[in-house]
Amino acid sequence: MAEIRLEDIIRPENLVYKKTPLMTDNILSYCPGCGHGTAHRLIMEVVEELGFQEKTIGICPVGCSVLAYDFMNIDMQQAAHGRAPALATGIKRTWPGRIVFTYQGDGDLAAIGTAETIHVCNRGENLTMIFINNGIYGMTGGQMAPTTLEGMKSSTSPYGRDVHMMGYPLKMTEVVATLPGTYFVTRQAVHTPAAVRKAKKAIRIAFENQRDNKGGVSFVEIVSNCNSGWKMRPVDANHWMEQNMFPFFPLGDMKVDGKIVK
Amino acid sequence: MAKVRGAIVIDIEKCKGCEVCIEACPTEVIGLASQVNSKGYRYTYMKNPEACTGCTNCAIVCPDGVITVYRMKVESETVK
Amino acid sequence: MGELRLMKGNEAIGEAAIRAGVDAYFGYPITPQSEVIEYLMAEKPHERTGMVVLQAESEVASINMVYGAAATGKKVMTSSSSPGVSLMMEGVSYIAGAELPCVLVNVVRGGPGLGTIQPSQADYFQATKGGGHGDYRMIVLAPASVQEMSDFIKLAFELAFRYRNPAMILSDGVIGQMMEKVVLFDPIPRWTEEEIIKMSPWATTGKPLNRERNIITSLDLQPHVQEQRNIRLQNKYATIQEKEVRCEKIACDDAEYLIVAYGSSARIAQKALDIARAQGIRLGLLRAITLWPFPTKQIRELLGHVKGILTVELSSGQMVEDVRLAVEGRVNVEFYGRMGGMIYTPEEILGVLKAKIIGE
Repeated sequence: MAEIRLEDIIRPENLVYKKTPLMTDNILSYCPGCGHGTAHRLIMEVVEELGFQEKTIGICPVGCSVLAYDFMNIDMQQAAHGRAPALATGIKRTWPGRIVFTYQGDGDLAAIGTAETIHVCNRGENLTMIFINNGIYGMTGGQMAPTTLEGMKSSTSPYGRDVHMMGYPLKMTEVVATLPGTYFVTRQAVHTPAAVRKAKKAIRIAFENQRDNKGGVSFVEIVSNCNSGWKMRPVDANHWMEQNMFPFFPLGDMKVDGKIVK
Repeated sequence: MAKVRGAIVIDIEKCKGCEVCIEACPTEVIGLASQVNSKGYRYTYMKNPEACTGCTNCAIVCPDGVITVYRMKVESETVK
Repeated sequence: MGELRLMKGNEAIGEAAIRAGVDAYFGYPITPQSEVIEYLMAEKPHERTGMVVLQAESEVASINMVYGAAATGKKVMTSSSSPGVSLMMEGVSYIAGAELPCVLVNVVRGGPGLGTIQPSQADYFQATKGGGHGDYRMIVLAPASVQEMSDFIKLAFELAFRYRNPAMILSDGVIGQMMEKVVLFDPIPRWTEEEIIKMSPWATTGKPLNRERNIITSLDLQPHVQEQRNIRLQNKYATIQEKEVRCEKIACDDAEYLIVAYGSSARIAQKALDIARAQGIRLGLLRAITLWPFPTKQIRELLGHVKGILTVELSSGQMVEDVRLAVEGRVNVEFYGRMGGMIYTPEEILGVLKAKIIGE
């Protein structure tokens, strides 16, 4: 009946979870509560678990995650806005044995880079694409994104997105799922432990598919909060995301092993 | 009668006080300190350490990866 | 003596790329240079050397595919023509800022805008003064024959890798489309992965345990760091200016009058020179081969005996500004040009020379 002290529990042999060494020790530049940090960590955990560190090359976008190379301890390239899939194609075609992934936000992937996104999926490159969708342009100060919801306010839609003037929110993931060159297409989230576990499984599949050259792009969208852009506390932003983003951007697998599942 | 006891160690200098871990904890272990770290963020701490089961929910959801989790088995007490 | 063939300029680019051990070509069709990618696709270089040839969805995608592969130390290139090259300019700035080696071929057509498909030389400013943003330079080579279209591929890659900088072959629709004899150089093998990793330790090839991660970027948000990066680039450019100027001097030693020209203009001017010399005019021709670095010194060396300079370009006058900068007012510099795809004749050039320079 001896009382258990914290020092008894906090011992190396009792360690069950530690941040992967594939994340550097740099303090993340993201806002408190931002899904980017979680997404980065999950990708690096998968790369570590699959033993890919020495052959992985990541490509970071223009956006809040422009400095992703400060946080991921792998070889990385900085791409111009929207062009990461083109860089990835250049690398994968000349180093087919390497594991190559792109990491992009909604402006990068669904606005300026739409052509690159569609065509890399159309060519069916053996790549992994991670798409962080938070419905806003974070880095540049909260402007409207292609995925901003109807009625959602941003600095360039201060009265709410008017679809007649500004167009409709774009579901890129659904679009790429229709292309024969995508092999695995899924939409995930990282705001709760349950969501994180599912997202990590999906990311792992997305990398295993590339390792096994399954034939096509593995595309993982992660719907994330942007508490700064949405002007909410992180936990409130997550609740808002559940109530507003998820109904429009529903979570789950859309395409598995080359076949539409939903 | 607990079969496991857990404990978390928080890197308080890297914690940004986003509170997502607080909501993720199933047994209300974590609280937000009233003190701040050198960046001015209130950091999290184990408010109710005895309730921690080392489930790692907090750690896996933490955007900054500041939480390390420990867990050990405990002899269960017989109920009298 | 290598293999002798009769080839189109654009095709020579393609054949030379395969022989130079290029790892990949990413490009997009545009007249008057689509033969480059057509030739490459037809040759199936993947079967010859393992070279990748991919038609991208745009020029923007092409230059970014080049960036990605160049950042891994591979020998990669693209080609386009004026409007497409404009689309590539952002990419070139990024490539220069990240200090990556690559080759870009511009087969210039009339502009501005969609312009025309006939030849011009109106992209000189874009190539040498920076079509992209920021303080960077491209090494620019101007071929004047199908032979040089072939040889300059090898040279451009040597220079690009020597200095970790983009190199451009600034051709035009005349050279791209014409057919001439070319002696093709013997093929050199593509580099192996081990050779690349050894040659380019900066490249992102996958981080082994025994080194820090490599990051290829042109971003540095701290101004004092970005300034250092820029100073490093400027020092590199100063070295290139000192060591890599190339030009051809024809009948310059005793020349009283000089034509400065490049590319197809130099070919036409050379004919004008033959006619002039036959008429007893002591005309010389300085053909610029590197447009950047510009043969400033080589022009200045002739000012002791040259009394007047005519610059001829298929444009409104772009290189003439660099000629004037080189001459610094010591001697009269005049310009003659045609635009919009029109091309002058040797007689036309000689007429202008007599009117404006010799003063007949």
